[in-house]
Amino acid sequence: MPEIRNFTLNFGPAHPAAHGVLRLVLEMDGEVIQRADPHVGLLHRGTEKLAESKPYNQSIGYMDRLDYVSMMCNEHGYVLALEKMLGIEAPIRAQYIRTMFDEITRILNHLLWIGAHALDVGAMTMFLYAFREREDLMDVYEAVSGARLHATYYRPGGVYRDLPDTMPLHEKSRWYSDADIERLNQTRSGSVLDFIEDFTNRFPGCVDEYETLLTDNRIWKQRLVDIGIVSPERALQLGLTGAMLRGSGIEWDLRKKQPYAMYDQVDFDIPVGVNGDSYDRYLVRIEEMRQSNKIIKQCVDWLRVNPGSVIHHDHKITPPNREAMKGDMEALIHHFKLATEGYCLPEGEAYAAIEHPKGEFGCYIVSDGANKPYRLKIRAPGFAHMSAMDELTKGHMLADVVTIIGTMDIVFGEVDR
Amino acid sequence: MSEALQKLDTHIADSLSSKIQESKIALNELTIEVLPENLIEVSTFLRDDAVCGFEQLMDVCGVDYLTYGESEWDTSGSSFARGVKREFSFDESEVNESDKEFEGKRFAVVIHLLSIKNNHRIRLKTYCEDNEFPVVDSVTEIWNSANWFEREAFDLFGIMFNGHPDLRRILTDYGFSGHPFRKDFPLIGQVEMRYDEEQKRVVYEPVSIEPRILVPRIIRDDQRFSAATEVEE
Repeated sequence: MPEIRNFTLNFGPAHPAAHGVLRLVLEMDGEVIQRADPHVGLLHRGTEKLAESKPYNQSIGYMDRLDYVSMMCNEHGYVLALEKMLGIEAPIRAQYIRTMFDEITRILNHLLWIGAHALDVGAMTMFLYAFREREDLMDVYEAVSGARLHATYYRPGGVYRDLPDTMPLHEKSRWYSDADIERLNQTRSGSVLDFIEDFTNRFPGCVDEYETLLTDNRIWKQRLVDIGIVSPERALQLGLTGAMLRGSGIEWDLRKKQPYAMYDQVDFDIPVGVNGDSYDRYLVRIEEMRQSNKIIKQCVDWLRVNPGSVIHHDHKITPPNREAMKGDMEALIHHFKLATEGYCLPEGEAYAAIEHPKGEFGCYIVSDGANKPYRLKIRAPGFAHMSAMDELTKGHMLADVVTIIGTMDIVFGEVDR
Repeated sequence: MSEALQKLDTHIADSLSSKIQESKIALNELTIEVLPENLIEVSTFLRDDAVCGFEQLMDVCGVDYLTYGESEWDTSGSSFARGVKREFSFDESEVNESDKEFEGKRFAVVIHLLSIKNNHRIRLKTYCEDNEFPVVDSVTEIWNSANWFEREAFDLFGIMFNGHPDLRRILTDYGFSGHPFRKDFPLIGQVEMRYDEEQKRVVYEPVSIEPRILVPRIIRDDQRFSAATEVEE
């Protein structure tokens, strides 16, 4: 009987460690992976094609649904591309709000990443810890935009509205006693900024907790150290960005190198790895959370003392306020035109990129002068990372595939678009 | 920033003058246009030259210029007619007829490059010669990250990449036909899928919903923002 050596294994699309809908066809020699062929596209919704049939503003909501764990960062990439083509800039307060929310989003993303990554590798507690903090940040999302996940908060020319003065309070229900309610509402009595500041004060302690659980954990290190090593040269060749690139020792962060919003005004450091393995990328992301926290704090301090407009005043692009619409004919017409037709971008093309929690998120817009994009291309970091899957997993064991999917921080909303 | 781009532009023009069709700096971005036959040579130069140093490929993007500049609502006349396009067909031969009316080069491949060493970007654009069978050379050998991006452009636009190691569909379903991001592919798609109780399996049928447009595509003559962008340069 001939000896059968290679074995093909189907991993996913319903495997919990596949982070959604990844179908991975693995060619294995025993337990060692010879070739990995990711089949993506199970979540392809044609966002770019849909955007071609809608006025520019109506696609902002689609951006949230790309990488659905870092919603506002996606919006930021899109509105930056629009602003570049329109030749407008958001008011400075809006830029600070965006900076703050980008970092809140970064923490949200990294919290989900570390929770899911640790869960895949076998540490259940991390998931619960991470979601405890995520809950608070999602409350902030809810307070400013009304939605906990898909905020649609950014607009070309600013943000939808200024930060509210109150935080929504917990209400009494059969699940919470009066004492619970009082405890939960303790930090919510002030404005949104107060709540965020309170969060930034306790968050470093939370990160310490995560580190106590993982950084020196023997099992965690056995599963992560020396798994999925990428050399700096290969990282560049494979198009890796974000923490995947910095983990390999390349100091590249768009927030520092090609600053947008208010990143040139705030003080923060870029953590860089040494070995380019999964463990280094873990350390990089943990440090990024601490740095994000630092940025948020600076933004809160600035926003407290600098009131002002949060959206561009040109009503050909941004709607006038509700009150004006009721009394002023011109405001009414502006609103009508924006709602029925939108605004036209000048003919041309632009590419705007931001440092998304996962890497470089870019939007390339081709406009023929119409009120809808002629072509919108979204450069999602996860797509490039996923394409490196084959090279990263080659020669590793089956169990390491789970680690590598985790370390890449894959979300299929952006890979499949 | 703009000055540095100008310098880069002149450097590229000096080194590869005959290979560059056109170069343009707009909105602080440098775009160079090359013929498909020169793509590999220009790409290799851009990666290896010290002044350029584009070691990272960020994006490969297909563009279909079939309906470029077409609007659905006439703003010059006084007609109130709703200019919704309903003339699509499931019959492929009819679709191809509207294709033939198009003059010029229909498909473009746009490559975005980033130099980490020199901190600059460039956009490389190439138009495919043949509208029926668009082909360009693959840059996978030069930048490995192009692999999936080119597969995507093939899948969505039907642009063939010569020398690509594994040009398969990537985003669409197994057994999908057509290239969905082409402008003559309807937004609602060609087929819909349902579970058939009698046949006890999933069946595909032509779509039953009507295509509709909520907001017509309008091109305005007064480009109030184009002036602002020119001043910025």
